[in-house]
Amino acid sequence: MKLFSYAQATKPADAVQLLGAQTQSKFIAGGTNLVDLMKYDVESPDRLVDISQLALTQIDATDKGLRIGALARNSDVAANALVMKQFPLLSEALLAGASPQLRNMATMGGNLLQRTRCHYFYDVSQPCNKRAAGSGCGAIGGYNRIHAILGSSPSCIATNPSDMNVALAALDAVVQVTGPNGSRSIPILDFHRLPGNTPQRDTVLEANELITAVDLPTTAIGGKSHYLKVRDRASYAFALVSVAARLAVENGVVRDVRIALGGVAHKPWRLPDVEKNMVGKPATETTFRSAAKALLAGAQPHEHNAFKIQLAENAIVRALQTVS
Amino acid sequence: MWVASRELATRWCVANSRQALSLVLDKISTLVWCLIQPMTFKNMAKKLLGDPINRVDGALKATGRARYSADIKRPGMLHGVLVMSTIANGKITAIDTADALKVPGVVNVMSHQNAPKLAGMDKNKPSEIATDRVLHVFQDDLVHYNNQPIAMVLAETLEQATEGASLVRVTYQTQPVKLPLPAGKADMSTPKQMPRVDDQVDTKRGDLAAGLAAAINRMEETYTTPTMNHNALEPHALLAYWEGDKLTMYNATQGISGCQKRVAEIFGMPKENVRVITQFLGGGFGSKGTTFSHVMLAPMAAKLTGKPVRLVLKREQMFGMVGNRSATVQRLNLATGKDGKLLATAHHSITQTSDFDEFAEPAGTITRMLYACPNLDTTHKFIRANIGTPAPMRAPGEAPGVFALESAIDEMAAQLRMDPLAFRLANYAETDPNKDKPFSSKSLRECYRQGAERFGWSKRPAQPRSLKNGNYLRGMGMATTVYPMNRGESTALVRLKPDGTVQVETATQDLGTGTFTIMTQIAAEVFGLSPDQVTLSAGDSIYPTSSVSGGSRNTASTGSAVTQAAQEVLKKARQMALKDPKSPLFNVAEAEIVVQKGGQLQQKSNPKVGEALTSLLKRNGNKPLEATVQSKQGDEKGKYSMNAFGAVFAEVEVDELLGEVRVTRLLGSFAAGRIVNLKTARSQVLGGMVWAVSMALHEKTVFDPRNNRVMNANLAEYHVPVNADIQEIDGFFIEEADDIVNPAGVKGIGEIGVVGTVSAIANAIYHATGRRFRDLPITVDKVLA
Amino acid sequence: MAATTPAADTAQKQAITLKVNRKTYKLDVEPRETLLDVLRERLDLTGSKKGCDHGQCGACTVHVDGRTANACLLLAVMQQGREITTIEGIAPGGKTNGQERLHPLQAAFIKHDGLQCGYCTPGQIMSGVAVLRDGHADSPAEIREWMSGNICRCGAYAGIVAAIESVKKGDTIG
Repeated sequence: MKLFSYAQATKPADAVQLLGAQTQSKFIAGGTNLVDLMKYDVESPDRLVDISQLALTQIDATDKGLRIGALARNSDVAANALVMKQFPLLSEALLAGASPQLRNMATMGGNLLQRTRCHYFYDVSQPCNKRAAGSGCGAIGGYNRIHAILGSSPSCIATNPSDMNVALAALDAVVQVTGPNGSRSIPILDFHRLPGNTPQRDTVLEANELITAVDLPTTAIGGKSHYLKVRDRASYAFALVSVAARLAVENGVVRDVRIALGGVAHKPWRLPDVEKNMVGKPATETTFRSAAKALLAGAQPHEHNAFKIQLAENAIVRALQTVS
Repeated sequence: MWVASRELATRWCVANSRQALSLVLDKISTLVWCLIQPMTFKNMAKKLLGDPINRVDGALKATGRARYSADIKRPGMLHGVLVMSTIANGKITAIDTADALKVPGVVNVMSHQNAPKLAGMDKNKPSEIATDRVLHVFQDDLVHYNNQPIAMVLAETLEQATEGASLVRVTYQTQPVKLPLPAGKADMSTPKQMPRVDDQVDTKRGDLAAGLAAAINRMEETYTTPTMNHNALEPHALLAYWEGDKLTMYNATQGISGCQKRVAEIFGMPKENVRVITQFLGGGFGSKGTTFSHVMLAPMAAKLTGKPVRLVLKREQMFGMVGNRSATVQRLNLATGKDGKLLATAHHSITQTSDFDEFAEPAGTITRMLYACPNLDTTHKFIRANIGTPAPMRAPGEAPGVFALESAIDEMAAQLRMDPLAFRLANYAETDPNKDKPFSSKSLRECYRQGAERFGWSKRPAQPRSLKNGNYLRGMGMATTVYPMNRGESTALVRLKPDGTVQVETATQDLGTGTFTIMTQIAAEVFGLSPDQVTLSAGDSIYPTSSVSGGSRNTASTGSAVTQAAQEVLKKARQMALKDPKSPLFNVAEAEIVVQKGGQLQQKSNPKVGEALTSLLKRNGNKPLEATVQSKQGDEKGKYSMNAFGAVFAEVEVDELLGEVRVTRLLGSFAAGRIVNLKTARSQVLGGMVWAVSMALHEKTVFDPRNNRVMNANLAEYHVPVNADIQEIDGFFIEEADDIVNPAGVKGIGEIGVVGTVSAIANAIYHATGRRFRDLPITVDKVLA
Repeated sequence: MAATTPAADTAQKQAITLKVNRKTYKLDVEPRETLLDVLRERLDLTGSKKGCDHGQCGACTVHVDGRTANACLLLAVMQQGREITTIEGIAPGGKTNGQERLHPLQAAFIKHDGLQCGYCTPGQIMSGVAVLRDGHADSPAEIREWMSGNICRCGAYAGIVAAIESVKKGDTIG
């Protein structure tokens, strides 16, 4: 790890100003992902702006739902009474992720920006367009068991590794950010990107923008929710495939539904059209399976991850059965 | 006839004479090297299942005060960080260290361009000693595998050295890469030897073709296991410093004495000039039994810089240079007659070695002896790959080999529609069919019986796919487990002090198995004392040479040395008593004098006659009695087959739609001779069973096929079980007296927990799903397929 | 802390104050020094272990303001003003009947053999203390899940769970 300078911010505006226009500056909060990446020399910022002291840890009820401060710890959010009551899906997804130690340090904002676990991204001796634009994609033609089956591009087949993001996608979360040009709200589905030709960018966040909060809108959806995570061991492992599902059934018929998939793409995978098509159909395995197939339409496997297509289909059906 | 300083390794052999005894009594520091002839160990009052006392070092470990090798500091110490190759085969054409040297605090970069030349490089070649491997110690510009150490940055702080290492630029000339198994095919050949040199490479018994022809049922399947890495939680680490021509190293090693020998050999210096200390060892599982390159590199750097050097490997650096478990491709043929008895067995193993060294994973050795079968062929071949050389890894050979064998046995039982346990009993080997010798002891039937009863094996329906629990299919499986008794040479000094306490000295290390605790118990038991009256000095090569902690051999080896040395001291005490007119035991026959609890000598036929060891010693000059014994195997190995056996039962649940397997219940019953400490022993076998869960379901080192680079060289993606993966798990021991195996009466328990358990789990998955999984690990993608 | 501070200035060592095990330490650190390395290399508190250095094993688990954290992923410079507790700081200290007084969970780990090589043990105990305190020890399954951030390669999980259960049940450690 190279030497870098360090400054602590006390107010969001200061933080943005401290970061300045330098592209090699980074915010640090929990540090669980950034310090890890710095130790592998994947990230080498010249400067860290410590935002961990900013007063962005509150979890408050708003007239539209809940506002969770960007610096609220994953463990605090998971255990928060409001979250558990109104958005148990988020709690469930957070608790499925990482380890208690990591959840104690990791923040909402940091988790939104968690970088891929692609082996080639992490190994600086290997090509990776995400880490070193133009160097190529090591995973294509390499070891790609954990990689994307949907929405990938010839330059990148990485996946988003976060569990929380999948839940947020199913919860129609809105990310609040602030920057030199003021504040803006970004719907979660627009927040993360597909790789295209610029896989180095995971999100639409500008380099000097700071996430301040995540809003969870209270919806009329009702019903039940479930986060289903399939992984290689019982705990403390990244998802091979995960499903965040919300389903409201009335008289055996789907009234409303949200399905987001993790572990399959560069961003949480959700297709609102598929959900709309399910409304009014019987809440049966047939409906669930055909929705699953529609969600996975066009899936493109690589040498080691073809299993994810069937796995994702089964996982979607299972998650929906669990909440129906 | 004796030497004044314990530091001198040359020890004189003194006959067990009066003269020697008086010398011992005169000079506490005297070491007497008594070569005790192999003897029988009948009538010794040994507890077969020893007291479950707490670890003697438990408090040190639980409070964080136990110092492991990377915890040791030395004034002026430099931190070394290795630079690793990023190609798998070729040559270094340039190493640019300019940027690294510019980092403040960086004092040097050691590479083949400036590394000290080593005098013993002629010894750096394939060896018949399993723990001596070909090392890469910066003597040339060749790269043989990806992630090979090629340079070391030395700096005042760890941060500076780490930054420096990231700035060393290396250019290479690359050569085509030889792949590991299962794709690798390069240079397939028959190894010259097995790691245990008395294991034959290939064997034939009877007439395989005739056996196959006579059979009614036959099966042939191929089983594959992947490359694995040990991943002890403690990284390989050492602190090395020179004082003149004397080298001291605090090194994480499973074999202090072997390490001392190997370092001396490679540096071309006398063994006496190398001191190896391992106060605490954070696991090793075989990878720290071999003295790998870094153990030379740190002292080389210390020599180059004139400063103490600490070198701690990063986790990702431990996927290559410190050994691996070879991948295997194993073909099994079994054939049975109409009575369900095996008529033919063939086990053909292909393993892998490196491009520059030879290590043959002995996958087929157990197949030769586990079941009675008149016609049997076993062969071993290996291919060569551009990878680090494999090394013994907890149950080397036995773990992958018995996975294949016990899976095949289960498949044959299914084909015969026989209960898997009944099929095993039908083929029970009463004598070792490979060596054609009796077993020193074998309590496998009892293991089967008690294990099956406690597990509830009788509740297992014969038909697969008949048990369900919600979304899960449930299954039960079992397997035989086994591990040979291995014994090396160990020397121990035991000193009985007039205050009634005992001092034991032996170089041995405790890699977490409980060795320090067990040695204390063994010595205490001989004198009828409580373990807290025994002090053990160990973990340092200044003490008498001891065996490696590997191959489940240390209690058999060092425990025997401690047993014999303690018995020798006791013998001296007996003789002292019977020759002492003031002793109540004066003129009592030696064989009539026994020791009782509390360190009391007594006349066997008249327990009222006797005295305490303390009063005897006090009256006789108030000096300690001591003996040093070098203990090694006698001719018992030529007469007997000596093995620990067990039976392992597993219950699993499989969610076929999500591909998930969970091991809900594991039970092992083991017969391994005397168990010195039931608490640490249970932890040993349970730990082995956790390793089996790991091997069955989790572990796999993944190579990129283009450059043999390990792509999961971290603990997030090289999966080993976490706490949540281990549900109900238990193990117990059958009482088994074995006076033949060794003076300690123990067979070793470090590995037997792993061996059969892997297939017990795979067999349970078969029973749950009706599907056989012959390729490890059994992961989501395979179960789903 | 002005926005215009040049990088070269603040990359230098900074004077910080750390509170570890109720003691205050003043020292100069580079911003890149992790809490784990500072504990081990500067304060000689080597009980916290480095197993992976990437938050993947849990051997470095400490408490920061009463929560468990992987010390290897924390920058020391960011820990000022926080209460840090390491394995060296959880025993009450002193002796009873000549025996060192331990935290009940330390004693339980010894009694139930929740350790073999001992390398993961400090981290396991720090996590175990938190599991008990935070109410995640109501069943073996819950303990297992909440202890899953600490890898034990020796496989002492059964003993670890038994030790935590015994303290939960108020077992007085003999």
